[in-house]
Amino acid sequence: MNAGRRPKLAVWKFASCDGCQLSLLDCEDELLAVAGAVEIAFFPEATRAVVRGPYDVSLVEGSVTTPHDAERLHTVRRQSRTLITIGACATAGGIQALRNFKDVREFTQVVYARPDFIDTLTTSTPIKAHVNVDFELHGCPINKHQLVEVLAAFLNGRQPNAPAHSVCVECKLRGTACVLVRGIPCLGPVTHAGCGAICPAYNRGCYGCFGPMETPNAPALSRKLEACGMGQRDLQRVYSTFNANELPFREESARHGS
Amino acid sequence: MARKTINVDYLARVEGEGGVKITFDGNTVRDVQLRIFEPPRFFEAFLRGRAYTEAPDITARICGICPVAYQMSAVHAMEDALGVTVTPEVRELRRLLYCGEWIESHVLHIYMLHAPDFLGYPGAVEMAKDHGDLVRQGLELKKIGNEILEVLGGRAIHPVNVRVGGFYRAPTRREFAPLAERLKHARDIARATVRWVAGFDFPDCERDYEYVSLGAAGEYPFNAGHVVSNKGLDITPHQYDAYFEESHVKRSNALHSHLQGRPYLTGPNARYSLNAAQLSPLAREAAQEAALGETCTNPFRSIVVRAVEVLYACDEALRIIDAYREPEQPHLDLTPRAGVGYACTEAPRGMLYHRYRIDADGSILDAKIVPPTSQNQPSIEDDLKTFAGDWLDLPEEALRVRCEQAVRNHDPCISCATHFLKLEVVRM
Repeated sequence: MNAGRRPKLAVWKFASCDGCQLSLLDCEDELLAVAGAVEIAFFPEATRAVVRGPYDVSLVEGSVTTPHDAERLHTVRRQSRTLITIGACATAGGIQALRNFKDVREFTQVVYARPDFIDTLTTSTPIKAHVNVDFELHGCPINKHQLVEVLAAFLNGRQPNAPAHSVCVECKLRGTACVLVRGIPCLGPVTHAGCGAICPAYNRGCYGCFGPMETPNAPALSRKLEACGMGQRDLQRVYSTFNANELPFREESARHGS
Repeated sequence: MARKTINVDYLARVEGEGGVKITFDGNTVRDVQLRIFEPPRFFEAFLRGRAYTEAPDITARICGICPVAYQMSAVHAMEDALGVTVTPEVRELRRLLYCGEWIESHVLHIYMLHAPDFLGYPGAVEMAKDHGDLVRQGLELKKIGNEILEVLGGRAIHPVNVRVGGFYRAPTRREFAPLAERLKHARDIARATVRWVAGFDFPDCERDYEYVSLGAAGEYPFNAGHVVSNKGLDITPHQYDAYFEESHVKRSNALHSHLQGRPYLTGPNARYSLNAAQLSPLAREAAQEAALGETCTNPFRSIVVRAVEVLYACDEALRIIDAYREPEQPHLDLTPRAGVGYACTEAPRGMLYHRYRIDADGSILDAKIVPPTSQNQPSIEDDLKTFAGDWLDLPEEALRVRCEQAVRNHDPCISCATHFLKLEVVRM
């Protein structure tokens, strides 16, 4: 990036609830500073003004569910120096990826003339399944403090500080007593950090909205969850929500039924 | 006759993806199409087979701007199916949570999405260059709404503390104490916001809407009441399906809803016009000062009504926090049973209907969700049909902006409106 020119920021939307891009507008204390540090060049939810690409940083929200969006994503990638996915839809396919499993079952008997075409219409896929992604920010929704950190890191040419350890570490940091040892089913041991371990602080088990951590051991956790009273159907469902398409969760869910 | 088409390919400053196309034939508006191309996400389909306890967290993901509305309609519908009523303490906390969402969502719309239209800016960031203090004031107010959601819900977007039967944990009085101070500050900003937006220049556009909202509840409506209209409708949410019907319009990835064949409007203007007497004295005073009267039929003035509702939400949140005692039980312990449950609650942008049929083991058999934006779509198009002919003398760009503004009057949430459509598979 040239000195003296503010880097251009673009925010793109695919299939999503808009919550992750709202996180940027929810940075009430930082928003005007961010708007001073970067040029908000394309952000339709916030402004009708459009500055042409290429863009230094693109934030991409949402998953790919239509052939048109699959094509559009490539034009986004071509215009973006750095592409960061924000949230579970963009990073994992989101809750709408639940349709993937239904369609897979329905179509196993079918011989596709154009499977590539049909797949993009009958599945919800993450951005990384289509184009190269420079950084993935987890969460349903993302944590706005992490968003500011990731933006600051890329604008300053350093690595973002966004650890891939489990939510358990965040409970320890927060000083929250373990809910799992009290018999409350909790996905914290296999879930990616970033939220700040909110659910256990509210007397509830983590429900995995930040997706799997690096190298999770889900089968071991499932034995523990069974001991907390969860049946097979509950286990199948608990891994199959906002990050259902992520391999460790998908496999563990499938082990307990379909 | 000269034909002229105004095309807004991509509506900015709304939640989700949509466009508008207006065809003029001479001075008459020939056709208006609000086109929604947000891809469908099929929530009703994958709710089938899920546990009734999962509905609040799953349906929250329909909309990141108003997740509390989805959680509230979901828990009330499930409690209706199970035949239980929550404690008065839980009821108050739910009103408080809704106050947080109304403040956050309305202030986002007032300051960042709608005000730039009145003051001639493409967005709030550009507006901040000339009106920095105003935008900062709006951000501060919005932040206080989010703080309510964070203390009570755990986080502002997709709160985690809501469950069927109540809350996972009731915050302590001590956790709420700092919020009370913040809310007094918020109330002052909200009062100033009403004065600010009341001074905008409003086009002279009145319409004879059929206004629909919750009402007859003895309170300004969030979670309870009958479904009422200014043209005599008075039903319970149980009767909703007998009166309201959705149809699919080809050009749009969303459904249109009608009341016995008639278009109708939900949202702040409807709520206000049907429930103004239930506002707090301070909010009523501010409404009077803003010359709102007992009803408001100018859609452009909805920004004033939103500001009055923000003031009310600050007042109401303060009342609830002042009177708050930690409940012994934050939630009911529930046992599933087979049944059907219905609920309407008031999302910031209008009434949100949920219906669920559940099995004896608590699994969802089917779900129906009607968000406010699909209810308002026919009226949004009718607004443009009614008004746009008078704006033809405006220069092209001003005409386009005015038409966009007329859509933004209703704070349409396109993400909400497109969660349901049937999957269309293209085979080549």
